[in-house]
Amino acid sequence: MASVGRAVHPVASVGLVLENLWTWYRRNWRATVVSSLLTPLMFLGAMGFGLGSQIRPGPVTANLPYVVYLAPAVLVMLSTQVAASESSFPVLGSFKWDQRYFAITATPVSVDQLVTAQFLWVALRVVLSGLAYLAVASLFGAFTDVRVLLAVPVSVLAGLAFGTWVMALAATVSDEGNAFGNVFRFVLVPMSLFAGTFYPITQLPVWSRPLAWVTPLWHGNELARAAEFGHMDALTAAGHLAYLLLLTAGGLLLARRRFHVRLKV
Amino acid sequence: MTTQGLVLRIVPVGSYAGRARAVVERSALVNRRNWLLVASGVFEPLFYLFALGIGFGAIIGNQTAPDGHPISYAAYVAPGLLAASAMNGAVHDSTFNIFLKLKYARVYDAMLATPLGPMDVALGETSWALLRGGIYAAGFLAVMAALGLIASPWALLALPAALLVAFGFAAVGMGAATLMRSWQDFDLILLVQMPMFLFSTTFYPITVYPEAIRVLVQCLPLYHGIELMRQLTTGAVGWSALGHAAYFLAMIVAGGWFTTRRLGRLLLT
Repeated sequence: MASVGRAVHPVASVGLVLENLWTWYRRNWRATVVSSLLTPLMFLGAMGFGLGSQIRPGPVTANLPYVVYLAPAVLVMLSTQVAASESSFPVLGSFKWDQRYFAITATPVSVDQLVTAQFLWVALRVVLSGLAYLAVASLFGAFTDVRVLLAVPVSVLAGLAFGTWVMALAATVSDEGNAFGNVFRFVLVPMSLFAGTFYPITQLPVWSRPLAWVTPLWHGNELARAAEFGHMDALTAAGHLAYLLLLTAGGLLLARRRFHVRLKV
Repeated sequence: MTTQGLVLRIVPVGSYAGRARAVVERSALVNRRNWLLVASGVFEPLFYLFALGIGFGAIIGNQTAPDGHPISYAAYVAPGLLAASAMNGAVHDSTFNIFLKLKYARVYDAMLATPLGPMDVALGETSWALLRGGIYAAGFLAVMAALGLIASPWALLALPAALLVAFGFAAVGMGAATLMRSWQDFDLILLVQMPMFLFSTTFYPITVYPEAIRVLVQCLPLYHGIELMRQLTTGAVGWSALGHAAYFLAMIVAGGWFTTRRLGRLLLT
């Protein structure tokens, strides 16, 4: 490199931050296998095959064997969980514990580039765990149609629509992250249970349905199932996609703001 | 200073000073700040109960109680969730929280610099965990009763049974916590706890499995906790309930013995 200083190209600096995250992950990916691969597979096994054996295919399961009906929703649930956990403690820790973000922004990397890289990193983690789950679950016959690959980008979007808000929260809290526990228990878990994962929300009382409509998970579930099994008109699909994109953009903008506030010198 | 306090400061420390309640008091004071997270323990099993019991009600047909009479799916899954949440709470408290205090916060080193002995610490921590578990179980049982999912006065024994299950898992969990080297080892705990929660007939009858797997499932502690609870809340109580309870007594004795031995070695040398 020439001795005359020259700012790094924006794309290159995003790439550098990503490479940093990847270097860590390359060494420690084994630690994530239990939570991001084995847990969803066991969940699918217990609920899809075990509990599913008690459920006769019918209109509720779109006339499909229960495990086939459940499998795409578990993909979306997994994506949301991975996105949320990757955006919570790791982000808080980079501000608070190892203070990596301060080190990074002390170089020519700007705050915007850092936020972009962190966002892309979460997306990458979600894609990787989603594909791994898809591959193994297919071996057990939980997926029947190759169109399920279309459900991957959908589930990533649903994950980011939730994860970006967690990222904004992580950039805001200054304690040891107690807020995450509450968000996981009072938002993530109920969302995973009620937003159309196990059955269409028409099984639930009418008053509770709007609560499901608000969650990114429900839109993700609808889209992921439609991607594999068909039956959705373009306008409805566009509506779901628009909502997820809007949520993602909103969360990302808020996270960006919080990053700027916290990294201000 | 009281005479008792003075005596405790002068005589050489044993492993038990009879002051376990000071440890319980400490836990209560610490958790006052974070009551929402403590209270949230009540909700998780309830979310599952509503999602599975209510939502699936129309899709899944009747199940059978331990004595063979038909019961609704909600009445079937509720005792399973009660036992499973006793396990989850006890394991979380006795592994994650204990390890944090043992290795990082060094709370126990500080405690042992006072008249408290390792036995006080073990008893106090277990009592706190059981106190919490008892509140959760009582809340869950109250909701079950309100939903009409309790079929017999035997269910009154479900509360002590939940404490027994929690005590058993806490004793073994604490023993495991003293063996852990780093946070990575929690994956191993999760790897035991997660399949047990999912596959120990919490959500569906054991008849789903082929014979060989059935025997395997019947060896798991949670299976016995769930069977015990299911007998009590459906009123189909038989002599086998004593056998299920004995499994947990054995866990308490073995886990308690191992934990006290390990804690003494870890903290007093």
